[in-house]
Amino acid sequence: MKEYIVELSKYFICALMVFYTLSCFYALPHAAENRKRPVYIVQNLIMLLMQVFCFANLVVLSDELQYFFLFGFVEIFLLIVVTLVPAIYEDCNRQLLNNMSMLLGIGLMMVSRLSYTKAIRQYVSVLISLIICLLLPYLFTKVRFLKKITWLYAAIGIGCLSAVLIIGNVTHGANISMEIAGVTFQPSEFVKILFLFFLAGALWEDTSFLRVAITAVLAGIHVIILVLSTDLGSALIFFVAYVLVVFVATKNYLYLFAGAVGGSAAAVLAYKLFAHVRIRVLAWRDPWSYIDNQGYHITQSLFAVGSGSWFGMGLLKGNPTVIPYVSADFIFSSICEELGVIFGICLILICINCFLVIMLISLRIYDRFYQLLVYGIGAMYIFQIFLTVGGGIKFIPLTGVTLPFISYGGSSVMSTMIMFFVIQGIFMRLQQEKTKHNVPHSGQEGAVHSGKTGKK
Amino acid sequence: MYRIRGRKEQYTVEKPERNNSNKKKRIRVKNFSEIVLTMVMFTALFLVMSAYLVHFVATSEQDMINNSYNSRQEILLSRNYRGTIYSRDGEVLAQTVMDEDQNETRVYPFSNLFAHVVGYSTQGRMGVEAQANYYLINTNTSINNKVANDMAGLKNPGDNVYTTLDVQIQQVADEQLSIYKGAVVVTEVSTGKILAMVSHPDFDPNKIAAMWDDLITDSNSSVLLNRATQGLYPPGSTFKIVTALEYYRENTDSWKKYGYQCNGAFRYGTSKINCYHGTNHGYVDFENSFAKSCNASFANIGMRLDRGEFQKTLEKLLFNKELPLSMLYAQSNTVVSADMDDEDMVQTAIGQGKTQITPIHLNMITCAVANGGKLMKPYVIDRIENDAGTIVKSFKPTTYGTLMSEEEAAMITQLMSAVVEKGTATKLKDQAYTAAGKTGSAEYNNVKGDSHAWFTGFAPVEDPEVCVTIIVEGAGSGGDYAVPIARRIFDAYFREKTNTQEVAQ
Repeated sequence: MKEYIVELSKYFICALMVFYTLSCFYALPHAAENRKRPVYIVQNLIMLLMQVFCFANLVVLSDELQYFFLFGFVEIFLLIVVTLVPAIYEDCNRQLLNNMSMLLGIGLMMVSRLSYTKAIRQYVSVLISLIICLLLPYLFTKVRFLKKITWLYAAIGIGCLSAVLIIGNVTHGANISMEIAGVTFQPSEFVKILFLFFLAGALWEDTSFLRVAITAVLAGIHVIILVLSTDLGSALIFFVAYVLVVFVATKNYLYLFAGAVGGSAAAVLAYKLFAHVRIRVLAWRDPWSYIDNQGYHITQSLFAVGSGSWFGMGLLKGNPTVIPYVSADFIFSSICEELGVIFGICLILICINCFLVIMLISLRIYDRFYQLLVYGIGAMYIFQIFLTVGGGIKFIPLTGVTLPFISYGGSSVMSTMIMFFVIQGIFMRLQQEKTKHNVPHSGQEGAVHSGKTGKK
Repeated sequence: MYRIRGRKEQYTVEKPERNNSNKKKRIRVKNFSEIVLTMVMFTALFLVMSAYLVHFVATSEQDMINNSYNSRQEILLSRNYRGTIYSRDGEVLAQTVMDEDQNETRVYPFSNLFAHVVGYSTQGRMGVEAQANYYLINTNTSINNKVANDMAGLKNPGDNVYTTLDVQIQQVADEQLSIYKGAVVVTEVSTGKILAMVSHPDFDPNKIAAMWDDLITDSNSSVLLNRATQGLYPPGSTFKIVTALEYYRENTDSWKKYGYQCNGAFRYGTSKINCYHGTNHGYVDFENSFAKSCNASFANIGMRLDRGEFQKTLEKLLFNKELPLSMLYAQSNTVVSADMDDEDMVQTAIGQGKTQITPIHLNMITCAVANGGKLMKPYVIDRIENDAGTIVKSFKPTTYGTLMSEEEAAMITQLMSAVVEKGTATKLKDQAYTAAGKTGSAEYNNVKGDSHAWFTGFAPVEDPEVCVTIIVEGAGSGGDYAVPIARRIFDAYFREKTNTQEVAQ
């Protein structure tokens, strides 16, 4: 009986994942929300059903009843997200919400499979994150000073990062975490959000060279502190976000070009200056020669992906725990190992879908500040996924960043969820504006439209 | 008031636009193209990355599982027991048997016979046991069997491997090599299938665990070395195949005019090259130089070759290069280069000096000659079946590439045929089949008479089917010691072929 369940659930899980991926791309080009309702409901059913198969697999193979409890939590949590959020915020973007829930579900399930204690902590993190995030869209309608405190964002951001650099703990060779009142967190995850607010605030109305240069100096300070903390992944994410936001704000291809050239020059410099950068590059180019030391992480990750093959070895049938830091940095490899590469590619596609939805929203926003903000979030999100997935499969050198929503790590999941709910807030405003404008001469201008696009 | 571009046009609010038509132009959002560019850029990046991932999985799955650093091998072995290895006609070469307590023992019914080529799997892995490890420890048994085994607490049967090895030819080769150290490789010309591969001294893989400590501490015997693929030997006169090919290439129009008066030695500078046992060959043309294996004449030919071109030919023939083999092997080496000195050139031309070759490599060159210049990749794993006999994967013959032109291959075949008709391999003359080949007596130290006996050749000449390469260490001349072994192997091959045809009729 066991084998039937395990073998069948493997293919069912894969099929559900493929079906979900298709559905979210099917829904992408259709603009009318009400016509997509049935798709969303199907998507919700898929994500709930998938958890049933995954946890059935876990329970059957391990005979450990603790999975029942974890299963109950995940299902209830997902149900709350997909019902409560639309109930409170009628105009939210359901596609983005569903993708987020799907990814969170996969992440929670996978972390549960990897470690029971980590799973419990992760559950607490997502619950707290959800509560905070539920307030966000409401706050967005109330707060009016977001555009006015540009320099404060940068000041707080730089302050936090410096504090971590000076007093932070060393995590996997990088000074990135900090402990306050018994809770360890990674401030750089939250500074990401501040950084995007800062960029949007700095560049939404003034895109003169001087302004871009001042922004560059402040962004540069962020990046340098991160490099000094040896958190190369975050440094790279901040840098790329800066270049792309400047590019869209100025509409000047020269900045994009300059960013690419400057980035390459900085990369070469970093390679020459820092031994840990050279080690990463070495381990990327030829991990097999250094399989016992520098190349150990990446080769173990490749073993996982390679052994999993298309349909995976099946949950609990692989050996992902031999990969160092598997639940944070290499969770994608463990997913490929046990659920298969087809599942992994679908996962990547869902992330791309999130990115495209975010970009389409940013296209529609009229207010430059919010447009840049949404755009920045989208770019940062997708680039981080590129770094972590690409690093784990040896497409690019390893940088050790998390896979948003999926990896274990409270700070990571909370900051990404906040970003997504910021977008939800902006999106709802957009929807409400639309309805308002349908009433002629309402005379009202909401926050989303209150800005002016540059000086004339 | 606000405008949405492109596909989102339907959101555009009609009325305010009409009311504020002047304003509309002023406040148009114009970064449509920048955002779309970002979308395209990242989507393309991810497509490339996904393609890379698919490529990685499609090409490296086996390497990943087989790597000894991969802990997942033990996981698979805890669920499945190793599959069986069969010969081409279905005889068991290696299998796992269980006692009542489900203790597994790996049994090799032919003991020493397939020691190197099938290998072992307990003290590390070797041979087919290593190459096909991935298949042997994975299972494609039916779901019903899996369920039944699961209920009964039994392991699943790993997939079975059918090799290209032929028990009868292997036996003949093994018997003929007898007590000598050395190696025999027998391959099928048109496909590259390895029919037999013998290496002496050998060992009993059934007793590998007990013998292990002795085997690895005794560094002189090198019992574990598969001489057929890892043994590096001076090629001796068999290398004249290569020298002759190069001479023919450089003198396609004038080779017929070649002639040399042999008086038993070739002198250059202050040194000289002797013919084997100082034999005086008299006047020899190109064909006779080859057939009689005249060292003096070939030293003379060697001096006339363009050394840069010779280097290119040798590289084309995979000297100093990786071989297209999926088993462990040693790389053949030579020192030929445009600026090499006369001493090295002359020594290389007759297969002495610093050149070293493995029997499998010489076999591949011979096969290419027999196959009109085209080299087939040698392989030993024919197909993988599950426990019920359903084919999981089968391996097709693959062409590696063209080592020489058809015309050149025909020329070398003519020369090798002359070796059998009137040269050093006349012991193969007047058989039921025609054969072609080249002998070699590779001197490995300066004491006279100490030489490895080589033969490499194929049969029949008209339509080559089987290719044989033999080295007998320290036996003496190739014509006396290696050629008779080749004859027995050819005999066995054609006898078996006739038998199979009769059975079929």
